[in-house]
Amino acid sequence: MTPLADHIDLTSAVPNHAPWPRVVVNAEGWLAVAARLGDGGWTLLGLWADGGRVHMALADDNAPPAVAVVSLDAEDGAYPSVGRLHPPALRLERALRDLSGLQPVGLPDPRPWLDHGAWGIGSPLAAIAGEPAPAGYDFLPVEGEDLHEIPVGPVHAGIIEPGHFRFTVDGETVVRLEERLGYTHKGLESLLAGSTLEHAARLAGRASGDATVAYALAFARAAEAACGVTPPPRAVWLRALMAELERMANHLGDIGAICNDAAFAIIHAHFGVLREHVLRAAAVCFGHRLMMDRVVPGGVAVDLNADGEAALRGLLREIRRRLPQLAELYDTTASLQDRTVRTGFVDPALARRFGCGGHVGRASGRDFDARRDLPYPPYDRLRFTTALRTDGDVNARVWVRLHEADQSFALIDQILTGLPAGAIHAPVAPVANGEGMAMVESFRGDVLAWLRLDAAGHVARCHLRDPSCFQWPLLETAIEGNIVADFPLCNKSFNCSYSGQDL
Amino acid sequence: MRKILLEGLLRRPVTDASPQPDDAELAALAARIDVAARRRLGRSLAIREVDAGSCNGCELEINALQNAVYDLEHYGLRFVASPRHADVLLVTGPVTKNMRTALERTYTAIPAPKFVIAVGDCAVSGGLFANSYACVGPVSAVLPVALTIPGCPPTPHALLKGLLTLLLG
Ligand code: SF4
Repeated sequence: MTPLADHIDLTSAVPNHAPWPRVVVNAEGWLAVAARLGDGGWTLLGLWADGGRVHMALADDNAPPAVAVVSLDAEDGAYPSVGRLHPPALRLERALRDLSGLQPVGLPDPRPWLDHGAWGIGSPLAAIAGEPAPAGYDFLPVEGEDLHEIPVGPVHAGIIEPGHFRFTVDGETVVRLEERLGYTHKGLESLLAGSTLEHAARLAGRASGDATVAYALAFARAAEAACGVTPPPRAVWLRALMAELERMANHLGDIGAICNDAAFAIIHAHFGVLREHVLRAAAVCFGHRLMMDRVVPGGVAVDLNADGEAALRGLLREIRRRLPQLAELYDTTASLQDRTVRTGFVDPALARRFGCGGHVGRASGRDFDARRDLPYPPYDRLRFTTALRTDGDVNARVWVRLHEADQSFALIDQILTGLPAGAIHAPVAPVANGEGMAMVESFRGDVLAWLRLDAAGHVARCHLRDPSCFQWPLLETAIEGNIVADFPLCNKSFNCSYSGQDL
Repeated sequence: MRKILLEGLLRRPVTDASPQPDDAELAALAARIDVAARRRLGRSLAIREVDAGSCNGCELEINALQNAVYDLEHYGLRFVASPRHADVLLVTGPVTKNMRTALERTYTAIPAPKFVIAVGDCAVSGGLFANSYACVGPVSAVLPVALTIPGCPPTPHALLKGLLTLLLG
């Protein structure tokens, strides 16, 4: 790993971007960064366009990790492709091109990604709309005598989000999976542009409903960075409380669902009840089961009262009693482990290359957690551990999730004990042309939020990057060589967001 | 495992008491719904769910209906995998243009008589996404909607009430 400062002149950073530096480079500098990403020197965090400019966020994973954004003005609507040198950027660039109309020169996969030719316009984020993509889509060709294809979706059999999976199989064995996503594209970033901070926060909280707290938090932190606002301590602790409740609820629900996909119903039933208890406690505390719109720029919208605290204490007692019991049941059921062990292996080298976050990354040796590595308050004051494994299969992801649910439990306990008194909101006066960025650890991995305000203090451009963007491609590799029937198991152990990647 | 099973036998059921549908809702629905068709379907409904571009918040709460606390199936309501087996189409999301065709095809695949329920503010009105270039807007712009269940997302309790309204209507 090479320190960022050795290659990027951080002293030339623009003055209005916080908290990490943003540096304007020329095409040569841009390509040098792309090459370093391709060499595995740094990790790509995000890639997006703002008008005629492209931005790339990256991290150097040295301790302490450093983050920077490099920017390039596209000339004649084109810029050098990053995906050509660093494959994790491929889908980001296809999406960037569909939305902004800027052309990544040399992009190896020129097919549209989010634009299915149905919007009636093209390049919706550009000042001048372009032509929509043609309808129809060329899947990658497959050749071989015994192969056949199974198309699945966009409407799936269960109650899940829509997306298309094209399996190529040899008998029972999957030899290739190709994903086609974009079905839930709602034009979120166009709606964000021109919004007030308050309205934009509500929109950001709907990028992916299961991570609504994490998204609202990422947006609020980016807005606060742009405006130079520090929320009061009590608000910061309450945000962490909500974030940990959300993390715990999702992990509990998903672990149950994974076991259900392996036809082990009893664990599913028990985890389902536990998850329900978490959501009910959240509703008592904050008046909403998923805690939507409770994190706002400047702080939080609802304070915790005595009833809420009592509900949380009751929840903690329940979890303390049930979670170890259920973990033991998982651990001692050989028929279940027969399905999860060595199924859906993700190569640690790929996890590192893709900067894959969350339980998918940590089950495949990538030791990154934004709460610890790009610390934001109050996590610098709280004690927690992260699980790290290298076996990379469904079983490893289950154990990482169990560990995280358990740690969220411990964090909630600490927050209840140490919760400072005082105000829960500080006024946010928008700063003209301010720019801010934030990285927040959702249950799924790190969410990136970036925004630029206009002269009137409205959102001029806001980009949100879901952790799934770097996990979806790895799901394609995880299923290779497995049987078709194990796909639901693999898919659920990842639980990527369709809405978050489609926006 | 034996211990968990035994505990389950000895404990009270965790399932909540049934919610009562509002009379106002019932009356409004009765005015709209084809009563003869409703009778033919009887006291049991098979539901096919389609996410037409939701943020997945609505799916979380629909899924929660199947946990032991709400136990949807004891009302005679169940989710089915194929539209061919369904009586009811439950739709979430602001109907993205990229999902419109898939939604229409799913509806077509359901045998008549059939009912469409729009779940969540997005499906009811387009919600925060109403004016997007990428969304059609409310489900009613694409399919005939028999019942709407607003909320962002509607709680499992609100969902149950809505579904029971259809069952008793
Ligand atoms: S109604 Fe709310 S929860 Fe449901 S899909 Fe829309 S934004 Fe998400």
